Amino acid sequence: MAQTGHPFIPNSSDQLRTSMLKTIGISSLDELYSDIPREVRLKRPLKVDGFPSEQEVRSNIEQLLKENKSGTDYNSFLGAGIYNHYIPAAVKAIVSRTEFQTSYTPYQAEISQGLLQSLFEFESMIRDLTAVDAVNSSLYDGSTALGEAARMAVRATGKYKVIVPRNLHPDKLSVLRNYTEPVGIRVEDFEYDKETGGPDIDDLQAKLDHETAALYCEVPSFFGTLDADAVRIPSMCHEKGALSIIGFDPISLGGLKPPGEYGADIIVAEGQSISSEMNFGGPGLGIIGCRGENLLRQIPGRLIGMTTTIDGTDKAFSMVLQTREQHIRRERATSNICTNEALLGIGAAAYLSLLGPKGLHDLFESILVKTRYAIKRLQEIPKASVPRFEAQHYQEFVVTFKRARGITSRINRKLLLAGMHGGRSLVKDFPELGESSLLCVTETNTGEAIDRFSGLMTKLLRG
Amino acid sequence: MYHQATWDEPLIIEKSQPGKRGHSPAGPSDIERKIAGDLGDAVPRALQRNGLPPLPEVSEPEVIRHFVRLSQENYSPDLGIYPLGSCTMKYNPKSAELAVQTHKLEKLHPEQDESTVQGMLALLYRLDKILAEITGMSRMSVQPAAGAHGEFLGCLIIRSHHRSRGELEKRTEMIVPDSSHGTNPASAAMAGFKVMVVPSNSEGMVDLDELKKLAGPNTAGLMITNPNTLGIFEKNILEIAKIVHEAGGLLYYDGANFNPLLGKVRPGDMGFDIVHLNLHKTFATPHGGGGPGAGPVGVTKELERYLPVPLIGFDGKKYFYDYDVPDTVGKIRAFHGNIGILVRAYAYIMSLGAEGLKTVAETAVLNTNYILSRILASGTYDLPFARARKHEFVLSAKKLYDSTGVRAMDLAKRMLDKGVHAPTTYFPQIVDEALMVEVPETESLADLDQLVEALLGVYREAQTNPELVKDAPHYASVRRIDDVKASHPKTLTLHWNNPSISKNREVLNEEISPEESKSGLTSPPSR
Repeated sequence: MAQTGHPFIPNSSDQLRTSMLKTIGISSLDELYSDIPREVRLKRPLKVDGFPSEQEVRSNIEQLLKENKSGTDYNSFLGAGIYNHYIPAAVKAIVSRTEFQTSYTPYQAEISQGLLQSLFEFESMIRDLTAVDAVNSSLYDGSTALGEAARMAVRATGKYKVIVPRNLHPDKLSVLRNYTEPVGIRVEDFEYDKETGGPDIDDLQAKLDHETAALYCEVPSFFGTLDADAVRIPSMCHEKGALSIIGFDPISLGGLKPPGEYGADIIVAEGQSISSEMNFGGPGLGIIGCRGENLLRQIPGRLIGMTTTIDGTDKAFSMVLQTREQHIRRERATSNICTNEALLGIGAAAYLSLLGPKGLHDLFESILVKTRYAIKRLQEIPKASVPRFEAQHYQEFVVTFKRARGITSRINRKLLLAGMHGGRSLVKDFPELGESSLLCVTETNTGEAIDRFSGLMTKLLRG
Repeated sequence: MYHQATWDEPLIIEKSQPGKRGHSPAGPSDIERKIAGDLGDAVPRALQRNGLPPLPEVSEPEVIRHFVRLSQENYSPDLGIYPLGSCTMKYNPKSAELAVQTHKLEKLHPEQDESTVQGMLALLYRLDKILAEITGMSRMSVQPAAGAHGEFLGCLIIRSHHRSRGELEKRTEMIVPDSSHGTNPASAAMAGFKVMVVPSNSEGMVDLDELKKLAGPNTAGLMITNPNTLGIFEKNILEIAKIVHEAGGLLYYDGANFNPLLGKVRPGDMGFDIVHLNLHKTFATPHGGGGPGAGPVGVTKELERYLPVPLIGFDGKKYFYDYDVPDTVGKIRAFHGNIGILVRAYAYIMSLGAEGLKTVAETAVLNTNYILSRILASGTYDLPFARARKHEFVLSAKKLYDSTGVRAMDLAKRMLDKGVHAPTTYFPQIVDEALMVEVPETESLADLDQLVEALLGVYREAQTNPELVKDAPHYASVRRIDDVKASHPKTLTLHWNNPSISKNREVLNEEISPEESKSGLTSPPSR
């Protein structure tokens, strides 16, 4: 036993312990563990070496992380689901408030109004952006939101087939399979058009039948294409009695039509880009929302509602429709989710409040311009299709190198040597595209950085 | 006397005034605009938004004041004791917060080349080894985002295990104790299992005879937390493991209650095959007002071949993504995990070391038993089941309710007036009028005494002035909230464009169910 207490543990000094043990009426800490059978006790110290001071812990972590080459060290063109956007200082200040950060799920609503109102505002803003009826207060990330959406659709329709685009991030597909396979849901895919990268409507309609619970479509697509056909898909779904799930990019709704307006029944998104830094891909912010009472009854996770105090004097906020949730309904709950990503929800509420209508629109336009600029610049590189698909693009686009096998990874290695993270290789996941890469441009990529990138690419491919 | 801040803060949409903005994002240069060309056809017409997105128009100082005021209307562990049973609401060290505030973490993209994230991978590799040592397991996956997410992964691994033996068709039943966290049955059901509930015996532990009756050729596994939700250590755990294993099932450890066992007992040594940890509980990462958390899962050597990919490998020189997991379940979320939380947990463990971790466990149990001894000495609340408790205990206010009509919920609300958070109420469901108290190791003796005074004070007030308690809280930001109205189909308000409560809302037109009306009484534990 330590003689002097540990900094995090107020009652760890000998003196305090002795007096507390006396109150309990025992003489040693061991007696508190006397009911644990000897056979299961650990009879040696853990092999875990810590550091004696805070300073040394910090230094250890700094030394480890120092070796990383971040998006600040290197010019980065990686996207594919996690994006390097500028997060305003005010967002960071708000999510750093320890009243938000250190508390938990607002079970005691009366002393948790701050959290509840903030999350209600988050839900309202996402609802306004997407034009659906209700949005929950978060799921783990965009991929689990898709998994939960598929399960919602199956419960609502009683049908067991879900259709997704073949151009889907492979992680998302894997997560979806894990969320659906155990309960007997079949996942099928529809092709993308080899020219435009958009949905292959013939294939989609061939797959979409009366057995289908839902069809998922992303706007923009995984390849960054903006496909006009997407707006027709919800009504195609409805004709077959299926639901339409639309995946969206939150910032793109600064300029794109809200999915609710073209008939989406369920909306899902990864909300990292409007709430936090990339953080090596986690935490994310799983966004899910829906239209109509039937689906609302099936939505997973926390929902925050506005109400009043019992005496009617004040507006107030609390968690609502909790009978959907695991803590009440147990194995009959809509999901097992309990801990979610609430703090990122608050971050998103702050972000959207700060940007407002004009800011979000300007940001959308800035990314749109930069995407077009990058495409134009990269069209200078020899023996490459830039962009691969004949379509309008937002934030991302595919580049195909008409060169020998292995060129994509060779180029990326050479870019690294020059201090640049190149695009995400599509060679393994989409071999039919040949030597291809998914490039991403946000407001954090300056014109100058794009020029340097395209200059180097041109040089590398000329050689 | 405690009095929470009350700001009457309007909704941010009500503060909106045309022409204001709180942030100007960086725009493209003139050259970029010129080369990008006319934007007229940059978005297909069918996809163009009609007008600007409907968001509040507010300046930066207004946004900051709005949310800072709201933050003041939020109780948190940085303000005082938070004895929410099964949630392990301990103090979150500030050094861990600073450790993650670096571009060397924040600006890392998950699909960067592994040569550029060697430091990150090294840290995750070490964390894997450390958590495996702490739990007595062979290898960990850090992918799960929360405890319940870890449970779901555990259930997928159990499926894979039985499938590989050709037994998945028949092994359809997952056993959970009647005292289990709600997430256990919910996770099992999500993974396609039928949930079988094993009752507790008179001591508050798994009834072995009942377990023997349930365990058999259809058993996929048993999910259990130890100490259980009553705070009682399941002393027959080796016998439980034997029964489940002999029936051909796997044993899953719900790590929600692991705090009292740190450095004392390891799930691996109790016969568990799969374990999850809640880093936001045991390892002091902030709960984020509901999340993010992290729920790493550890398994035995035999089950490693089902873990999600990628794992982190080390070849003696460099760290790499290890996709060589023969029967992997694949992914349960995109990318690698809640990295910011994992790094904080690593910082916490490094701040404590082996000796410190053991002190955490012992002090949490000491603190909890100190409170319990003082409560029992007062002759007020009852403690159903055996006396020996670890990190938490569950009191019953049934006697008080019978004599005064004051419910556990009322007591909890009145406790809020006394500057403490309330215990978890109405859980586990095997205790009537339950108040579930957990005090972690980070509470001082003065904090503990304040909590005892609050628990005893509300009990006395219920006897002498029951209306005061039933009307509570009086000193929170708002008075008692109308939870029935909040969830009632006619008054349900999920969006700010419907601010008038009375003329709401046709979203749910079914009548309120008895279960629904009870929901306001429930404040369950965290995962």
